[in-house]
Amino acid sequence: MPKLKSALELEELREGIVSKRDPSRLCFTVCSGTACLAIGSQPTFAAFEKELEKQGLKDRVDLKPTGCPGFCEQGPIVVVYPQEICYLHVQPEDVAEIISQSMKGQIVERLLYVDPVTGKATSRESDIPFYKYQKRLILGNNRLIDATKIEDYIALGGYKALPKALFDMTPEQVMAEIEKASLRGRGGGGFPTARKWKSTRDAPGEPKYVIVNCDEGDPGAFMNRALMEGNPHSVLEGLTIGAYAMGSHEGFIYVRQEYPLAAENIAIAIKQAEDYGLLGKNILGSGFDFIVKVHKGAGAFISGESSALMNAIEGKVGEPRPKYIHTAEKGLWDKPSCLNNVETWADVPFIINNGADWFTSIGTEGSKGTKIFSLVGKVNNTGLVEVPLGTPLRDIIYKMGGGVSGNKKFKAVQTGGPSGGCIPEQYLDSPVDFDELTKLGAMMGSGGMIVTDEDTCMVDFAKYFVHFLSEESCGKCVPCREGISHMLDILTRITEGKGQASDIQLLEDLARMLKEASLCALGQTAANPVLTTLRYFRPEYDAHIYEKRCPAGVCKDLIAFYVEPDKCQACLICARNCPVDAINGGKNLIHVIDQGKCIKCGTCFDVCPPRFGAIKKISGEPVPALILEQDRVIQRKS
Amino acid sequence: MKKITLNIDGKEVTGEEGMTILQVTRGAGIDIPTLCYHEKLEPYGVCRLCLVEIGTPPRTRLVTSCVYPAADGLVVKTRSERVIQTRKVLLELLLARAPGAKIIKDLAEEYGVTKARLRKTATFCILCGLCVRYCAEIKKADAIGFIGRGIEREVMFIPEIATESCPSCRECFPLCPTGVLESNFMLVQSLLFKK
Amino acid sequence: MVTDNSEADVKKINQILAGYKGESNLLIQVLLEIQKELRWLPKEGLIRISQELNVPLRQVYHAVTFYKAFSLVPKGKYTVTVCVGTACHVRGSPRILDRVAQTLGINPGDTTPDFKFSLETVNCLGCCAMGPVMVVGDVYHGKLSLDQVPRILDSYD
Repeated sequence: MPKLKSALELEELREGIVSKRDPSRLCFTVCSGTACLAIGSQPTFAAFEKELEKQGLKDRVDLKPTGCPGFCEQGPIVVVYPQEICYLHVQPEDVAEIISQSMKGQIVERLLYVDPVTGKATSRESDIPFYKYQKRLILGNNRLIDATKIEDYIALGGYKALPKALFDMTPEQVMAEIEKASLRGRGGGGFPTARKWKSTRDAPGEPKYVIVNCDEGDPGAFMNRALMEGNPHSVLEGLTIGAYAMGSHEGFIYVRQEYPLAAENIAIAIKQAEDYGLLGKNILGSGFDFIVKVHKGAGAFISGESSALMNAIEGKVGEPRPKYIHTAEKGLWDKPSCLNNVETWADVPFIINNGADWFTSIGTEGSKGTKIFSLVGKVNNTGLVEVPLGTPLRDIIYKMGGGVSGNKKFKAVQTGGPSGGCIPEQYLDSPVDFDELTKLGAMMGSGGMIVTDEDTCMVDFAKYFVHFLSEESCGKCVPCREGISHMLDILTRITEGKGQASDIQLLEDLARMLKEASLCALGQTAANPVLTTLRYFRPEYDAHIYEKRCPAGVCKDLIAFYVEPDKCQACLICARNCPVDAINGGKNLIHVIDQGKCIKCGTCFDVCPPRFGAIKKISGEPVPALILEQDRVIQRKS
Repeated sequence: MKKITLNIDGKEVTGEEGMTILQVTRGAGIDIPTLCYHEKLEPYGVCRLCLVEIGTPPRTRLVTSCVYPAADGLVVKTRSERVIQTRKVLLELLLARAPGAKIIKDLAEEYGVTKARLRKTATFCILCGLCVRYCAEIKKADAIGFIGRGIEREVMFIPEIATESCPSCRECFPLCPTGVLESNFMLVQSLLFKK
Repeated sequence: MVTDNSEADVKKINQILAGYKGESNLLIQVLLEIQKELRWLPKEGLIRISQELNVPLRQVYHAVTFYKAFSLVPKGKYTVTVCVGTACHVRGSPRILDRVAQTLGINPGDTTPDFKFSLETVNCLGCCAMGPVMVVGDVYHGKLSLDQVPRILDSYD
């Protein structure tokens, strides 16, 4: 493949690719993102390959492994084009039928999405409520692209923004457009992107570096994974445009070690872009040079912090620096370095292609454009949701998310990962943007949204985040290393029923100190989950401390499982499933749990048939006394 | 070097461009407590005791004076309410970690930290890094370093190098604020050094 | 079966290091490559890395004890990684972890005596909609239920 030496050659290539593609030709796309792979999309894809070969259709139809479209709960997902028919939970055994029906222009009804309330089936992907209410500007192309084929990206209009920037705009004009678009960083900080770019451009020192942060350490967030796996060229194109605007000729992409597929796909994308002359020396004959290197993480959340990430690229341990000079001025090797999140870079080609005015027409006054959120936890439609900034939380959780799973009651939604906070029911109408959620003590963060229900203990939930942070703290500074460790001690005691009245004050004092004194944002925001759960769920803390009771029935030391004698039908299911043989019973003998042996795993609770519902979780009160064996005998009607 | 003027605790104090706030205060005899600072070493900024409040209300924040660049016109408060409250809790944390260390006990007394609300972990090393940094930056021997992360973070002598370098040097021992370094060294020497 | 292969291991390390002389900023990338190849980082290897990359030994020790990806003891043939991220946690990953630990007979961080399995936890794999998730080797297993655990582990030989 000879390198493209001009914008014209690129357009000719694009026309060539597009002209060879017949839009009416049948194309089967199988989502091959990591999550669908986890649920078995590879066997489904292999089944397609085999079946198409068998039916002699290999040259008449297309088969494409694509990136994550976000409807992860329903994977493996297959979408048949051009009709855009969406099939869910596709197993290898379904493949032959899908192929034969599609060849006839017909649909496999049983694999369609069915609305849980109306019972109505929807065949077209974009009509499915999960997708319908989204605005999938950034993520949308994932289902049309095989990430290992640059031609797919070019065919869809990719690499149009780059030649426009290089040939029709000066670096200053590119900068001005990003500024006009009011783009703010998507990694959690929400810092005005143009201001960071300008600082980098204006700071003295060469060379200047641009960096993609794909460390995405927030548990529950996988927006960057989907973008990097599914549409790596969109990130590369944005990075190159940014480099041009700032006068940088070397870029780094930091991919966390837990995302091997993303690292693989971006490496392939870089190689292909270089082969085509879209990266490297004299890009498209413009005279602009830009190279990109991939740098892998090694399993540390803290290395996603800007200065820590740069330390890691320098080969040092990825701990933050205690400096007060922005890394935009003194970053990698003390040179001006601009670090932005994957999604921020992916927004750039859109702005350049469509103009700042188009971008600012979406979103709110202070938060422009769309944002991808990962909606996970106790929600029906877990997956990725892309909406205009300013969309109310309620819409995301109920309209697109389909509401709380299992018909349980909503409790809180955690936004912003371990740095964020919990938002209760009464604030669900809050618009989601950079500023609104901060007022509630939470933050939008990088986009993770974890839905909890009545079965979630908020004290245990706060303890979970503090435990996470205690494992991820680099340990350099006293506030974070010691403060978080003590907070974890206190929360653990509370969940074990050893809480004291003075614990709340102590937690609050530690929280204030963490915010004021920590060296980096990990420590500074570490207390947020504790503070928001205290603010909105104080009664739960009080119950744990004063009543030794866990209202949600979660904290093992405060709950006991009990078989209700008047509900037990002696079916023996719980007794057989108990991993420690703690249940005594017989075919006509009401079952009894030996509290001394019980490990509180909850298996009996799960397996007791719902029509009996005989297992009860007791908390805050003693387990009723054992009834006599003779009273446990059930007299069955014969 | 160009002269600059800061407003520290209400008074005008002069310093030189390129200095940190701490360097300016040291030059003017203003006392700010530190544990991890050493004038010959790159500031590390981890003990956080040297925090001061900068800016004019309501837009003020706490910064570590050992690292923050002094600037002309900067307003600094070294003992504001915010600073004192924060130092108190920091000292509680340090006391839990190094209950017997004189320097920490003295500071705790000065700041009125009397109640022990936190569980004593008593590991004694407060990870100020003076030993590691001195060996790396001044002696250039790299005989001692950090290992682990979070609460598991520790200072460790590198047996392969320390066997050769340390016995004749020992210059880092008196730097240790809690005095645990020397006993640490003796333990490692008896267990791990090549004979 | 792991034997005392240190010499062979150091040879492999030297081979990998051949292309990295003096490239101190690639310390973590080199360590990742060696960890992947050998499934651990022998001490002699760390000393070689320090020499070849011109990085102080203390920095190498800090890196290998700081990052979760590195192991100073040989790992098993298959590493079982159970995700304990928030979304998986809320869907019951603690119970999955307990069952895996019970089935293998080891705690997180340990390796089975026959060096077949090592057990690790990870704070998020990014497959949150498929939670609870565990990875065995390179293969992801999503939407796990307790009874699937022994079956999946048994299928590896």
